[in-house]
This record gives sequence, C-alpha cells and structure tokens, in this order.
Amino acid sequence: MSDVSQDNDNERGKLFGGDFDIKRVLLEGRAFFALIAIIVIFSILSPVYFSTSNFLTMSSHVAIFGLLSLGMLLVILTGGIDLSVGSTLGLAGVFAGFLMQGVSFEILGVVFYPPVWVVVILTCGLGALVGAINGVLIAYFKVPAFVATLGLLYVARGVALLMTDGLTFNNLGGSPELGNTGFDWLGFNRLLGIPVGVLILAAVAIVGILLLARTPFGRWVYSTGGNARAAELSGVPVKRVQVLVYVISGICAAIAGLVLSSQLTSAGPTAGTTYELTAIAGVVIGGAALTGGRGNVRGTLLGAFVIGFLSDGLVIIGVSSYWQTVFTGAVIILAVLLNSIQYSGQKKQQASSDGKTTSPQPEGATERSPASGSTAGNAGTQS
Amino acid sequence: MNEHAVSQEEALGKVILSARNIAKSFGNVHALKAVNFDVHYGQVTTLFGENGAGKSTLMKILSGVMQPSSGEIVLEGEPVSFSSTTEAQRHGISIIHQELSLAPNLSVRDNVFMGREIVGKGGVDYAEESHQTRQLMEELDEPIDPLTPVEDLRLGQQQIVEIARALSVNSRILIMDEPTSALSASEVEVLFRVIRDLKSRGVSLVYISHHLEEALTITDHAVVLRDGRMTAYAARAEIDLEWIVRNMVGENFDLGSPPEGYAMGDAVLSIEGVTVPDASVPGRAVVDDMSLSVRAGEIVCIYGLMGAGRTELLESVAGRGGMVAGRVLLHGEDISRLSIAERIEKGLVLVPEDRQRDGLVPTMSVGENLSLASIGAFTKGLLTSRGRERHVVGDSISNVHIKTDGPAASIGSLSGGNQQKVVIGKMMATHPRVVLLDEPSRGIDIGAKAEVFRLLSEGAAQQGLAVVFSTSEVGECLSIAHRIVVMSRGRIAAEFGADATKEEIMAASGEAVVA
Repeated sequence: MSDVSQDNDNERGKLFGGDFDIKRVLLEGRAFFALIAIIVIFSILSPVYFSTSNFLTMSSHVAIFGLLSLGMLLVILTGGIDLSVGSTLGLAGVFAGFLMQGVSFEILGVVFYPPVWVVVILTCGLGALVGAINGVLIAYFKVPAFVATLGLLYVARGVALLMTDGLTFNNLGGSPELGNTGFDWLGFNRLLGIPVGVLILAAVAIVGILLLARTPFGRWVYSTGGNARAAELSGVPVKRVQVLVYVISGICAAIAGLVLSSQLTSAGPTAGTTYELTAIAGVVIGGAALTGGRGNVRGTLLGAFVIGFLSDGLVIIGVSSYWQTVFTGAVIILAVLLNSIQYSGQKKQQASSDGKTTSPQPEGATERSPASGSTAGNAGTQS
Repeated sequence: MNEHAVSQEEALGKVILSARNIAKSFGNVHALKAVNFDVHYGQVTTLFGENGAGKSTLMKILSGVMQPSSGEIVLEGEPVSFSSTTEAQRHGISIIHQELSLAPNLSVRDNVFMGREIVGKGGVDYAEESHQTRQLMEELDEPIDPLTPVEDLRLGQQQIVEIARALSVNSRILIMDEPTSALSASEVEVLFRVIRDLKSRGVSLVYISHHLEEALTITDHAVVLRDGRMTAYAARAEIDLEWIVRNMVGENFDLGSPPEGYAMGDAVLSIEGVTVPDASVPGRAVVDDMSLSVRAGEIVCIYGLMGAGRTELLESVAGRGGMVAGRVLLHGEDISRLSIAERIEKGLVLVPEDRQRDGLVPTMSVGENLSLASIGAFTKGLLTSRGRERHVVGDSISNVHIKTDGPAASIGSLSGGNQQKVVIGKMMATHPRVVLLDEPSRGIDIGAKAEVFRLLSEGAAQQGLAVVFSTSEVGECLSIAHRIVVMSRGRIAAEFGADATKEEIMAASGEAVVA
C-alpha cells in the first residue's frame, strides 16, 4: 500500500510540474480564455461594450441560449442530440401567449384566464411532452436521435404556426382584474438590477450542477454516454435515462420560450428558429464531446457566453450580420478542433505514461507476483 | 511478383517468410515476446495456442495490420516492413480474419474487387470484373454467380469469397485466422479441398485453429505459442495431438485449487431449460434447453469453444435478454422477468466477457467506474454523499487489490488485469450472492489471473458466494472450480468434478474429437 502512495506522488509531479502545464491549462480553460479575449477585444474596439448595463443586456440574451444549451448538454452527455429545442421554444412561447389570451370553454360559455404560475407549469409540461416524445422514439423505438428530433423540429414549428395562423401574440401583460399579470417577471423585469432571465439561467445552472455532480441520475447520464452497454450491465436504467434527458431538454426549451416571450413582450411562432444549432455550439465550445460522456455545466455556460458576447459585440461594433454568421461558424469549428486536440492529447499522454510505468515493470512484475500474492493473502486474513 | 524462376519442386518446403524476434506490447501487456516463426513455400503452417497466447497478434503483424514493437520480418531473404495491409498485399501476403470482412450488401463481384475496381473507359468495367470473379470461383470449385449478394451466401461460401478476394491480388502467402470456427463439417471439407488446391498452386498458408484434430489433418508444420512466446516447433510427421496439448498448456502456473473446509449451502441459482435463439440463423438455438443449478459457496466452471453458447447463457441469466424459454431462479424466486437492475438488487451480477465493450465506461475515472453499480449505497435522499462514495470506492480498491494512482485516475491508465479487477470490484460492491463471470481471465497476464481466481475462491469460501465462470482455457477449469460443465452447441456436453483431466474436458467440448 505504501508504494502505491509513492507512485501517486510521482504521477502528480509528472502531471503538474514542467512546462507542459501551461499548454494544458490554456487548452482546458479555452472557453474561459476565449471569453476574456472577446471581452478585451470588444472593449478596445467599442467604448460602450465594457459597461455593467451592456453586460446585463448581453447576459439576458445569453440566458436564452444558456437555457437551451444546458438542456442540450444533458442530451449530448448521453451521446444524443436534440434538434427540436428551437421549435419547442417557439411552440412554448406561442402556447403561453395563447393561455394568456384566455381559454374559452364554449359549452360553459366562460373564458378562463389562468394565472401566470399556471401558464408556466402548463408550458413546461408542454416542453416535457415534446421531450418525452423525442425520448420514447429514441430509447424505445430506436429511431436515431438526429432523425427523431429533426422530425419534432418540424412538427413543433408547424403546430406553433397552426395555433396562431402565423400571427404573433402581442398582449402578454394580462390585467389585474383577471388576476393574470406578472408575465413580465419571467424575463423582462429586473430583480436587484439583474434581468430575471439571467437569474433563471443561474437557478437552472445550479440545479444542473447538482443534478450532474451529486445525484445518481447525473452519474447515469455520464455512464450512458460513456458506454451504454457497460452502464446497462451495471444496473443503470439506460432507456429511462435517455427519455429523461430529452424531457429535461424540452422543459429547458419551454423555460427559454417563456423567458424570450417575456423579454420581447410578444410570442411569435417563428421565435427560436435555428436556436438549436446555437445551443449545440454552446455545448461544444464548452468542451463537451458529441460522442457523449464528457462535458459539464460550467463549460457549457462559458460556451453560451462566448457565443452571446461575441455576436452582441459584433453587433455593437457594427459588423454586418452576414459577417457575424461567418465569425460564429469559425469559432465553432475552432472549438471542435481544440476538443479533438484535447481528447487525442489525453490519450497520447496516457499511452506515454503507460510506457513510462511499463518499462521498469516487467522484471518487477515477475518478481512481485509471489510478493503481491502474500500481501494479498494478509489482506484476506485481516478482512 | 510472378517471376518465380525456381521450380516448384525445388522450392517446396523452403522458408518463404519468417518473423525474427518479433515482440509487441500494448501498454503494460506484452502480447508477443521475441517470437520466431517460419512460413514454408507451398505448405501449411499451423499456429496453435490458447486464447491470449498471441496468435492473432502475430498474424496481424505479418499481414501489416499492426507493426511490431521490435524484431523483423524477412520475406525471401529480404527484410521487409509493412505499414499497412495494402503494403503487405503488394508483397503477396493476405489475411482472412476470424470475423469476415465482406460487405454483406454487395455482390460477390463487388466484394472481390472492393477497393481495387477495374476502371475502363466508361467507369468501372463490370463485365471484366464479373468475368474474373467467375473464373476465380470456378478455380475454387464453388461456381457462385458473381452477382449474388454476399448476404445470401452460407458462411462457408462467404469464406470462399474471402479466399477468392485474396487470390485475386495474387497472394502467395495466405493467413487464415480460425477459418472453420463458424463452418459446418461439409463446409470444412470444401475449405480443406481448397487449401490443398492452393498448396499445389504454390500458395503458402498460415492456419490458426482451435480445432486441433482438424488442423492436424491439413497442416505440414506446427508452431505452438504460449503467453506470447514460441514454445515448440515441429513438422507434422513428428507430432501428435498429445504433443500439441502438452505444449499449448505447458507447466501449469498454479491458479489455485477448489476452496475446501466449509459446507456448501443450498442451491442459490437454478437455471431451468433456458433457451436463447440464434439471431443470425433462424430455427437454431445458441443456448438449447440448458439447466444448471449452483449452490452457495460453490464454484462452477463452464468450458466450451467459441460459439458454444457460454456468453449467451450468462448474459440471458443476467437479464441481457434473448431468452425465449426457461426460468432463472434465485433463492427459489423466479427472476426471469426482472430487469438487469432488479437482478443486481437481488444479488445476481455478471462480469461481462469484453471489458472494453461491456464493462468499463472509458470517459469515467477509476472511482466512478467502481461505484457505478452501487450508487444507491451512497445516496442519501436526492444527493450522493461524497464521503460515503470515497469509502465504498476505497473499500473496493483494497478488496480487489487494484493498483492505481487513486480513484481519480483515468481508467485507461490501468493495465488490462487491473481494469478487469475494476469490473469485478464494481459488481462485488453491490454485495451479490451469485457472481457470473464470462471469461474473467481474457487478455490479462498470468499473475493477474491467479489473483482474480484467488478473489473468487475467497468469496466462495468466506462469504458463501455462488460463482459461475466461463473459460476457453482448459487449464483454468482445473483450478478453483468444484465442478466443470462442458458446453457444446448450446447444450451441456459433459460434467466433471475437480479431478477431471484436460484431455477429458477437451474431448467433451468437441475440440479434440476422436475421428
């Protein structure tokens, strides 16, 4: 046992000493450094960029992508993909707008105006339903995630358009007499000077961190994405996990839909078009592997901020929206490039450290086998 | 390539290809240690050895699939090195892998010319390809229409297509890795006729097989590998079956003996009439009406060749599915309908055969892998307790003696033996009553093997575990098992006590059928 701890120290020395260290930190913290770089560059280019009010405005934009990205992160961690989140966002906004207009029951001859908290719950329920359809198709009917969620992308968008006939709900304020005011509080208003949307993102992120790092479910998510077969044989309910991540992703999209329509004070059926791609980009820039099993909330949040701060910065300095698209694309490619460098680098490092520990081992191993047998025997008698 | 001035008579039996001091390591595992190996012109050289002896690795090196860590390959007196299979093919060396590498959706013709299409003026010259394919198939006495999709062919015929493909690149040296493992007796006859025909055409063959007697009928030379070393070499005339077995198995490294001195309990696990159909052959069963009962504290070894149905039996008992008939009883309770998770909860666990594919989560650390099956043990309310988890993981690491830098180390940094111990430790952490292990010693060195067996033996003796492990190495049957069950074609072919002999066991498995 004692020599094990010595090995440990040696290994630490190797990993954390030497000049390789800096490269490693730069590589692993790349989303963070990219964010710093973006802030510095745009602050130099534009006097208005570096100010609290601008940061808060940009953050409230980030909140939308951040919420989608967090849901997407769970899906990607299991090795899946959810292309339907943009449409779900739009559908959720329209559905909330529809509820805010009042639901009329013609048989009873009454119009029911649900309070905002009921709207929130029903809308999240709708998001969960879309996610559940995705999840069941993927986990139980073995439809490839890409195809299933692509289908839902169209269906959800279509339903949103049908619900409004292509029009937009502009009256989301409610009225005090009907008891359904407060939609503003989902994203438009500020609490302690911070946009509510940002606070919601923060809350969802904290839940996400706890969920992934501290619950059995989180462990199941990582193991399902790392090796579903091994996870299944270890008793992980892989199929239920797959359904649940899509449900969570759907709920996140619904929340984002609520926040966005509150921010805009209107709910249009085309809201959130192509947002799924931005959400995926955020997750990837945050260092998650599309093959599953690798990634975390912190990285994903940074990824969402990188994209948001970059595109808003480009707007502020007056770059054309066409160029913005080009820049965003370039950043995504760069991020994936760095991902593959990081993961292949890790493998190489492992291989080389294997090699290092191997070389003295063969002779040691043959000598050790009786010795290790005896220590093992001791341990056995002790227990 | 075709300018062989030497007449066949003169050349017959001359060494055409030889491997000199070939060594190959994968991380901590030394698959080959300074192996010498000769291939003789126009003759068959058979490579014998148990699983993990290094046969396939050596063949992959000779055919350019991988490169040796050291040593050299000499082809007709010239040192050569192949960086790819294409390069090896250019030198006339082709390999037919254990798993066929044909595209089932394409026709025989397209498979034969895959990657080397004959291009004429208007694109691919299909007429010429068909013509050549037909000629090849006729030479091989298997006149299959070149346009038949490969998926419509029987396995034996597919094998012939593979051979045709190898011949179409003018292979002078053909390596066959377990070509008969999936063939029926009549298909084997056809294959052997083709092999004799190839020999007469001056093709040199390297042959690998677990069916020893079968291989003896076709071979001219025998080479035996054991634990990555060449242990014996002889011409066919000088050897017999007994010689091969003796050299394959070697002096036994002591893998322990059946634990004694305690009373076994009642039957914990009862398998009754379990049947698993073969997914690829309708109407055939990989596990055919198997029944077996294991008592608390008992260690049962299931021995059988590849395809005997061991893996399918163990996986269906563990809940992987596939079972269409029969019952699995645990402590008398029928658990046939329960999920894997529920079976684990009830105390039945499986350590799968392929630890990379089914055992480990490569993206997780050693600790996370170890605790994966027992998360419930350190969860309070909604959240996991880090302290409790450290405790569970620490216990596992010391109980199964994993050599690691700590729970946070990456799983890829461990040697094969330690990875296997992680998989075993993970399942042991659930405090099972019945442990099924599918080839627990696969791809781990002899020291780790002994340690794994000692763990199992202690578990049975001290905790009354019922242990069922499968193996394809006969030496392992005669270690800690109280009872040896030999499986063949999905059924129990024979049962032995701990006093069985290797010859008896191998004969029962169909490995050394007395003709």
